[in-house]
Amino acid sequence: MMTILKFANPILGLVIAPFLLGVINRTKAVFAGRTGQPLLQPYYDIWKLLRKGAVYSRTTSWIFRAGPVLGLAVTLTAALLMPFGGIPAAIAFKGDLILFIYLFGLMRFFTVISAMDTGSSLEGMGASREVTFSAMSEPALLIGLAAIAKCTGYISLTQMFSSVVPELWLRSGPALVLAGVALLIVFLAENCRIPVDDPNTHLELTMIHEVMALDHGGPDFGFILYSAALKMWLLGQILIGIAVPIHTGNVWLDTPAAIAGMLLLAVVVGVIESSMARLRLLHVPQLLIGATTLSVLALVLR
Amino acid sequence: MNNAADIIMIFLVLTNLMLLGLSRLGACIRFVALQGVALGFLPLILNHWDMEVHLVIFSIVIISLKGIVFPWMLNRTLRELASQREVEPFIGYGISIIAGTITLVMCMWLSSRLPFPEPLMSPLIVPVAFFTIMSGLFLIISRKKALTQVLGYLVLENGIYAFGVALVGKQPMLVELGILLDIFVAVFVMGIAIFHINREFDHIDTDQLSRLRS
Repeated sequence: MMTILKFANPILGLVIAPFLLGVINRTKAVFAGRTGQPLLQPYYDIWKLLRKGAVYSRTTSWIFRAGPVLGLAVTLTAALLMPFGGIPAAIAFKGDLILFIYLFGLMRFFTVISAMDTGSSLEGMGASREVTFSAMSEPALLIGLAAIAKCTGYISLTQMFSSVVPELWLRSGPALVLAGVALLIVFLAENCRIPVDDPNTHLELTMIHEVMALDHGGPDFGFILYSAALKMWLLGQILIGIAVPIHTGNVWLDTPAAIAGMLLLAVVVGVIESSMARLRLLHVPQLLIGATTLSVLALVLR
Repeated sequence: MNNAADIIMIFLVLTNLMLLGLSRLGACIRFVALQGVALGFLPLILNHWDMEVHLVIFSIVIISLKGIVFPWMLNRTLRELASQREVEPFIGYGISIIAGTITLVMCMWLSSRLPFPEPLMSPLIVPVAFFTIMSGLFLIISRKKALTQVLGYLVLENGIYAFGVALVGKQPMLVELGILLDIFVAVFVMGIAIFHINREFDHIDTDQLSRLRS
């Protein structure tokens, strides 16, 4: 039983993560007055893609094929480091939050070089944008987590999130709010949601993440979709870890609360996407610098 | 730990950073007004909401001046300027915000080294008051328009006011009211001056004023 519980987060992630995308799409559809696609549409998409064959250009090398596989593997590894609800992480040690952040750095690196491997100038442009913006969102994420670590006094993700309790909110509420807002901006930027990137756009000049996956097809693209959903699941857990401080000690109570928190987060993202326009590319750095500033403020205050 | 005072201080820091990053003059005026209203509640909060008559009058005067009269005068000036609604900085918005963050950290460090005779109501007041003064100065030197410099001057005064209220409590209300009167006159005069500069030269770009001497 305990061994299964240890791998609960990767398993739950694999099962539930695409559902979050469905919830976001349904929220946007409700706002737009449409019926919208089925809630399970992301699962159908991934299943369809996994059954297809892949076509590879003759100019690409093994790097191009390794990118999507590594992306999925790395996100699953990161899931092992993240506690969920009342379930502690499978692997926990001091300072594992840095490994957690840089596992996503590794994933980004492989996405970028597999996009560059195609030799397409359009994908090179997307890669350049992705790297530029992530260079600015990474300090915000790192400093934001450092601020929470300073509030709680622990530098391991499992201990950190299990000690975010209502009393801590009373003691250092302002710092937690600032860090939470900064992490929400990072969450939107890293998952290519609306103020930074439009996930629905297919206008080449405006998209960031989507453009790097243009040449991937079939199972490879399925892996990319799946790892993007998992990344959203994991980064969302940081936000939920702060905003839903429910630790009764009972796994069957804490985990549903955390899952409900994730679904609520998906609805919030849907509301943000329906009520905001995408920022101009020139203004994105300003938003991300603002997020970094909020993180620094949260760190300095406490 | 006084939580209401802390929240006002954090609000002050956030509005300062917003002012450093905003490009619209109208929005800048609104944020300075918000800052003034928040500061108006500060003397009441620091004295634990005991409703002494002179404290209440002081708060009402502060809020009505900083929250209503100044924004109204500045907005009127802004209307006269018609099509010039951008801030036009010498230093870009992103770099301004980064500079503000660095200044904030420096102010925190500086105030942690200052000895105070008695413990203050909130440990944040002194660094945040310093930071407000510094960002007011930064707004004055890094922006071209005369109107933004008036805004920087108001932010600077907000910082001095926060510092004074935090340190000396309720004694020098008369002094504060005197300073407020001075600032009222100053903003009044500056508004008229900006209007005249604009009518004479068709812009309020102070950068070009320094080349007037021939």
